[in-house]
Amino acid sequence: MTEIKLTLAKALNTALRDAMELDDKVVVFGEDVGKLGGVFRITDGLQKDFGEHRIWDSPLAESGIVGTAIGLAMRGYRPVVEIQFDGFVFPAFDMIISQLAKLTFRSQGAWKMPVVIRIPFGGGIGAVEHHSESPESFFCHIAGLKVVACSNPSDAYHMLRQAIACDDPVVFFEPKRRYYDKAVVDVSATGEDYFTSKTLTQGQTCTIASYGPSMPVALAAAEAAAAEGRSLEVIDLRSLSPLDLGPVVESVKRTGRLVVVSEAPRESSISSDIAARVTEEAFYSLAAPVLRVAGFDTPYPPAKLEEEYLPSLDRILEAVDRTLSY
Amino acid sequence: MNSDSQSTEPVMTGSEDSAGKVADGDALSPGHPQTAGAAAARSAAGTTGSNRPAPEIMRGLRATASAPDQISILSPEGELTAHPDYPLDVTPELVRGLYRDMVLVRRFDREGNALQRQGQLGLWVPLLGQEAAQIGSGRAMRPRDMAFPSYREHGVAWTRGVDPVDILGMFRGIDHGSWNPAEKRFGQYTIVIGNQAPIAVGYAMGQRLDGAIGDDENAEASIVYFGDGATSEGDIHEGMVFGAAFSAPVVFFCQNNQWAISAPLETQTRVPLYRRANAYGFPGLRVDGNDVLAVLAVTKWALDECRTGNGPVMIEAFTYRMDAHTTSDDPTRYRLADETESWRLLDPIERVKAYLARNGLADAAFFDQVQVEADELAARFRAHCVELEPPTSERMFSRVYTDPSAQLAAQQAEHEEYQAGFADTEAVSR
Ligand SMILES: Cc1ncc(C[n+]2csc(CCOP(=O)(O)OP(=O)(O)O)c2C)c(N)n1
Ligand SMILES: [Mg+2]
Repeated sequence: MTEIKLTLAKALNTALRDAMELDDKVVVFGEDVGKLGGVFRITDGLQKDFGEHRIWDSPLAESGIVGTAIGLAMRGYRPVVEIQFDGFVFPAFDMIISQLAKLTFRSQGAWKMPVVIRIPFGGGIGAVEHHSESPESFFCHIAGLKVVACSNPSDAYHMLRQAIACDDPVVFFEPKRRYYDKAVVDVSATGEDYFTSKTLTQGQTCTIASYGPSMPVALAAAEAAAAEGRSLEVIDLRSLSPLDLGPVVESVKRTGRLVVVSEAPRESSISSDIAARVTEEAFYSLAAPVLRVAGFDTPYPPAKLEEEYLPSLDRILEAVDRTLSY
Repeated sequence: MNSDSQSTEPVMTGSEDSAGKVADGDALSPGHPQTAGAAAARSAAGTTGSNRPAPEIMRGLRATASAPDQISILSPEGELTAHPDYPLDVTPELVRGLYRDMVLVRRFDREGNALQRQGQLGLWVPLLGQEAAQIGSGRAMRPRDMAFPSYREHGVAWTRGVDPVDILGMFRGIDHGSWNPAEKRFGQYTIVIGNQAPIAVGYAMGQRLDGAIGDDENAEASIVYFGDGATSEGDIHEGMVFGAAFSAPVVFFCQNNQWAISAPLETQTRVPLYRRANAYGFPGLRVDGNDVLAVLAVTKWALDECRTGNGPVMIEAFTYRMDAHTTSDDPTRYRLADETESWRLLDPIERVKAYLARNGLADAAFFDQVQVEADELAARFRAHCVELEPPTSERMFSRVYTDPSAQLAAQQAEHEEYQAGFADTEAVSR
């Protein structure tokens, strides 16, 4: 066991470093990732240590970033690219949807696409427009992409290692407002599959399924609920597409209640999908409809309103209350 | 822009991978950015003191491009030389007015930085060093012309009659800019790099379709602002293609401030940017972006050119970002102080002051008066900022559609009911 205390940001940095050391086909690029180390410093120091042929600053063009990653992957590289902020992935959307996601299927496996697209996502940092979005559902709708979101330093490390090792394209969402959360990380290989739902607390009253930046809020809600004599079973989904729904369904069969928590707008979302699927798979176990605590179906608001927009502890507890009122 | 790590991350200064180390240029492989030569060329261009930049050695061995004359009228020392192709009636009132514009804009820009440092703004995007590029081009517009900014154009905003206090809301997190873009003929700030280019072209196509071009005084044109980094985005390319295809009355105004956050110009281009215009089939000009008179003259010419129906013009205003990318950025990690210092000698305001003073066109009283006005503006800017009230939740749901949706109305009602629940419990517990 190799245990070290890391911030989520440093855990990602360490994962990149370890992957680059292990395999010289792993290359890293994006805007400002070189000298600057990325605007969040996730790639800090990597260019100094690995050189500009392993990690380089791209021109300011996201379609170019993803497009060249695809070509490099065809040539045997394993590109890990950074999109600077969630709201800036859209110029690359066409490349991701039309090419990256479909090349393996189109070529029936002749091309493998071991490309990782890292995207800092979500709100809560008081930023200006386009810096706080949760676009994960767009990608979940596209077959051929794996979409994952980490929520803590340990998962950040292992999930990024797994993403880089994966022969399929992975859209890797990083909870930017949790970058400086610290925890002990065991960086030795565990052989575990991290693209799975993970149950974090056991409970009987209600199941809470969430991911990414909302996880600490969900856990705090579970603590607050415990003080009121209610036990919440909190599940970190981690993999958003494909979803590992088994643990959620299994949990709902015991609790009879489910609240899904996500920062993304509520409709046509992952939350909606989970609600639909759990209704199909556990209908007779449900004591209440599946409720969704999510962002509103508005553009992300100006920062001074984001506390209201983002799922809060109170909104989660209020939803739990509502599931109990049926 | 990047709002970077905001308050969550400690400010970093001087780091192990400082620009100096990287500029040594060791361990570079072909095909990847080589910064050393071009950085030297850039700072050389800044220190020659002549109007003609030193030859630029662009990225790669094959791509050695020397920049032809950049258009200039007022030298860094404040000497005026009329330009035969870009005539300008240089009256004392004009120069004093431009001076005042630049001093006032710089003053509230500095106040923006200070307000961010004091926690009154979440972010500020400084324009320091780019006053001439923005005031010169902004003042070239006629009232009916339309401008599409990116996010650093506080100086252009000023020339469109946008009250600087209306810029504060977006950086304080209460709105996305509170001027009326249609009324001011100044679009809202566009943060996603490059998006504004095709949009501006579409607007200009509309001007043409409306027959609003030609020689008469009501004829219109548009101008779109973007940076050197932005030129790499597909949107800029598509904007230029459409502008050319439809002979849209649009000026592509690129403020080349040498940096796109940490990426120097060579990351984006092998050739001087203004030359790209040739490939689209319209004129491209490079102007000394720190020379307000040259920028004014060239932009006037360009706006007239496309206003009369000849199609787009591209202007590259060669300037420098004197401050950080934003208040979240730490430029010591990627560029040398020497470079910034060399550009300080080319300050856009100092040369105008020198010209006015040396030629007896303004006295001490004038300069004092402008300073007083600038301080008053900064004080009003500050007072307005700290008094701005956070919006109510109504703002979140407001005008998502012009035709309100029942679905969203229900969501809003649900949220209001939820919030009212808190009001009740507060009342009970009191
Ligand atoms: C599509 C998109 N990608 C990335 C960003 C993040 N970003 C903001 S400003 C910037 C650099 C822009 O440089 P330049 O175009 O030269 O303009 P400047 O900021 O120097 O005025 C970047 C990469 C963005 N805002 N939009
Ligand atoms: Mg720039």
